[in-house]
Order: sequence, then structure tokens, then C-alpha cells
Amino acid sequence: MNNHLLSINDLSREEILNVLGTAAELEKITSGPTKKLPTLRGRTVVNLFFEDSTRTRISFETAAKRLSADVINFSAKGSSVSKGESLKDTAQTLQAMGADAVVIRHGSSGAAQRLADSGWISASVINAGDGTHEHPTQALLDAFTMSKSFPERNGDFTGLKVAIVGDILHSRVARSNVLLLAKLGAEVTLIAPPTLLPVGIDTWPVRTSYDFDESLESFDVVMMLRIQLERMNNFYFPSEREYSRRYGLNENRLLRMKNGSIVMHPGPMNRGLEISAASADSSRSVIVDQVGNGVSTRMAVLYLLLGGVPLSEVSS
Amino acid sequence: MSAILESADIDRALKRISHEIIERNHGVSSVVLLGIPTRGAYLAARIASILKDLGSEVPLGTLDITMHRDDLRLRPPRPLLSTVLPAGGIEGKDVVLVDDVLFSGRTIRAALDALGELGRPKTVQLAVLVDRGHRELPIRADFVGKNLPTSSHESVKVSLSEVDDIDCVEITGAR
Repeated sequence: MNNHLLSINDLSREEILNVLGTAAELEKITSGPTKKLPTLRGRTVVNLFFEDSTRTRISFETAAKRLSADVINFSAKGSSVSKGESLKDTAQTLQAMGADAVVIRHGSSGAAQRLADSGWISASVINAGDGTHEHPTQALLDAFTMSKSFPERNGDFTGLKVAIVGDILHSRVARSNVLLLAKLGAEVTLIAPPTLLPVGIDTWPVRTSYDFDESLESFDVVMMLRIQLERMNNFYFPSEREYSRRYGLNENRLLRMKNGSIVMHPGPMNRGLEISAASADSSRSVIVDQVGNGVSTRMAVLYLLLGGVPLSEVSS
Repeated sequence: MSAILESADIDRALKRISHEIIERNHGVSSVVLLGIPTRGAYLAARIASILKDLGSEVPLGTLDITMHRDDLRLRPPRPLLSTVLPAGGIEGKDVVLVDDVLFSGRTIRAALDALGELGRPKTVQLAVLVDRGHRELPIRADFVGKNLPTSSHESVKVSLSEVDDIDCVEITGAR
């Protein structure tokens, strides 16, 4: 693996499978009475969050602590960022404090790339969501969840039918998942109203559909995306009620899903909008498992990025 | 390059170790075998099958020690190997760790740490196919297939038919 994890494009198929395999082993080890491993003792992981987050930040924090790393949480609110400090100055402060890895979430696409390429810091940069661009660890944990939900496939994703439904336009989760699932050979269908599909979607390795009901019975995985009201500065659909009726996962659609298929959602959910409460809490739902799997997956990423000799020292 | 132990020698050594395990523990009622991957795991499985032939079935598992190594920062990240605990666990058991070569003792130190995370065995014993000396820590083996005096620039290579198509132990010269 490279020094950084910025995009699923940075990872080869083999590296992705290595992350999933490592996550599976780590999950086994940490399911025992002692959850803590000494592997990253003395390393410092900084969670640099310019946007709000519950799951991702807590997940990275838990993962780093289970590997005995020191964790510093930084959120833009209540920091000097609100006084107008730039990303560069913030980064240089973290460098001076000796951060070994920076987990960054930022509202601007490309912020993680900027931090990694700028030369401001020597730490490994892990993208925890940048604008509407990518969220690679979410895609990795989703793939880990899928591989656990279909144990008979033994980690083989070939021909797995995945529907990703909803606000594709604003979704970094969808972008990372599409890239990752294509590398593993799954068949992805994006389902959304035309206004919520990005320009240039025909160049993505996916099928698209405007009709959720068309082939609902064929999917092994139905991944619902959150309607990102905070990024909606335009009218993308007539009303929430109409959206919910045409693209929401309600009980009727849940009942039509294939035997053994699963429902996923990266969270946070708008219950009653893109997913009904009954669907979110049904036996098909692996939404809570996704959260637990996130910790194992992020432990694997932290271990693979920080566990060995730093790349900077290999080259020197 | 010359073979120090051949297939028949390895078999004999493992049979003797199996008998010694029974003798030391007055039977095998509380013995658990844990092999250290990769080759220690295969050796543990062989010892388990010899014990079974002797009428004594013992729980068998594997213990990956990667996350507890003290040389992690000296090399690129290693892939994790499998840890499988037997159904009965290790709490209060007589755990016999099995590895192929005992050298610096650092692997075994890491194994003891890894074991501590999993539970509290009554005793921990160590069985190795080859003890080549040059310890860097105060660790010794309870059951040794072959004591092999070596110079520190030589390396000892254990091949097992499960992964290497052939059973043998060789000493190769300076790398």
C-alpha cells in the first residue's frame, strides 16, 4: 500500500483483498476478551474533521486506540479554524506535534489530496471523506460487510448484483463504492432520479436506471444513500414525499427483495425519507454491522499504512 | 547446502516430542497445542495426529503473533496469518506452543504476549523442531527435535511437505 489512502484508485485489486483479509483477521483477534493490540504503540493518529461526523470519527478513534496509537481529535468547531486559520497552518501545527497519520474529513473535494501532495506534512494521509469526491474507507468497510454477508462466495465478488440508490450526485460513498466494486468484478446499478445522477455517468463502469421497481428482485445488495439536504442548494425533486414514494425503501419493496439479499446504508439515515424505519430495522438490514465492520476495516488500514517501517525511511 | 534432518528424522523427532508431551503433563487431558504459522502450525497438526494415533486427542489451534512483534518498524507491513483458538479455549490449560526454529527467542516472546491477550493458561510450554542457539532473550524450549549448533551468519531452512513439497531441514551458508 502507498503512504496514503486518498482514493480507491490508489489501490489495486490485490491490495483491496489484502485490506479485507487483514480486517477479517483483526476482527477475530479483537473479538476475544482483550480488544487491545500493542502494534501501533507510540504512534500518533490525528482525526482532522472539518465536517461533522459521528460514525467515521468514532470508528477511526476506536480503531486507532485498539492498536494502542495515541489519538488526537481535532474538529473545526472550537478550533482556530473558526478564527480563519488555513489548512496549511493547521497542517503545519500537526506536523510540529509529530503526527504519524492524519485522518481528514473536509467539505472540499480534493482536500485530502492537497494535504498529501503539498509537502506540508510527512504523515500518512487517510481520506475520511472529501466533499463529493471519495470516502475510501467506507467503500472498504462496505465490501467487508458484503463479503461477510455472503460467506459462501469466499470473498469472490464476481457477478454480485449491487444496487446503489439515491443521491448519487452528492455521494462520495457512491463514487468510492463504484470504483471498488468494479475492481472486484461486482455488477453495480445506480438508481436515482435524473437530477441526482452526475454529468458523465456514462463513463462509469455501471448500469443506471431511473426506476427502482424495474429489477428490484435481482439485487443481492441494496445500498440506500442519504439524501444530503445540506448539500442541496437547488430543487432536485418536487417533494420529499414524492422522492420517498419513488426511490425510498419501504416495506413493499423490502418484501419483494430476493432471498438472502441485504440492505445497506452508510448512515446517518433519514428514516422515513430514503428508508423506512421498518426496512432499516428488518432482518435484511446490515446497517449496524456496517458500523462494527468499520472498526476492523479501519484497523486494517491503519496497520497496513503505519504498521511497518515508514516508506520515507525505506527510501533513505 | 546439506540436509541435516530428512523426512524420517523429522517423523522420529515429532514422535519423541509427542511422547514427551504426554510424559511431562501426565497425560494430555488439559493439553492444548498452538502452532505458530506458517510451519509451526503444520508441525502442531502433525503432533496432534501422532497423539491421536496414541489414543490421546488434543485440541489444536494456531496463534498469529504478527501484531505483537518488536521488529514491525524494521520491515514493511506483514500480512496477518490465521489465529484459530480451539473450542475449549486456553483458560487454565497446559498450552504447548509449537514452532519450527528457535533462534533469538523474539518470536516466542511475542507469542507469550499474544497468548496473554487471549486468556490465562495454567502453563505454557514450548516445542520446536530445531533449536539453533543464539538466544537474545531468556527463553528456552521444553521439547526440542534437534539441537543444531550454528554460526550466526548461517540460516536454517525448514521445509515441510504441506507447503514446500518436501520434508527436510537444511543449513545454508552466509546470505
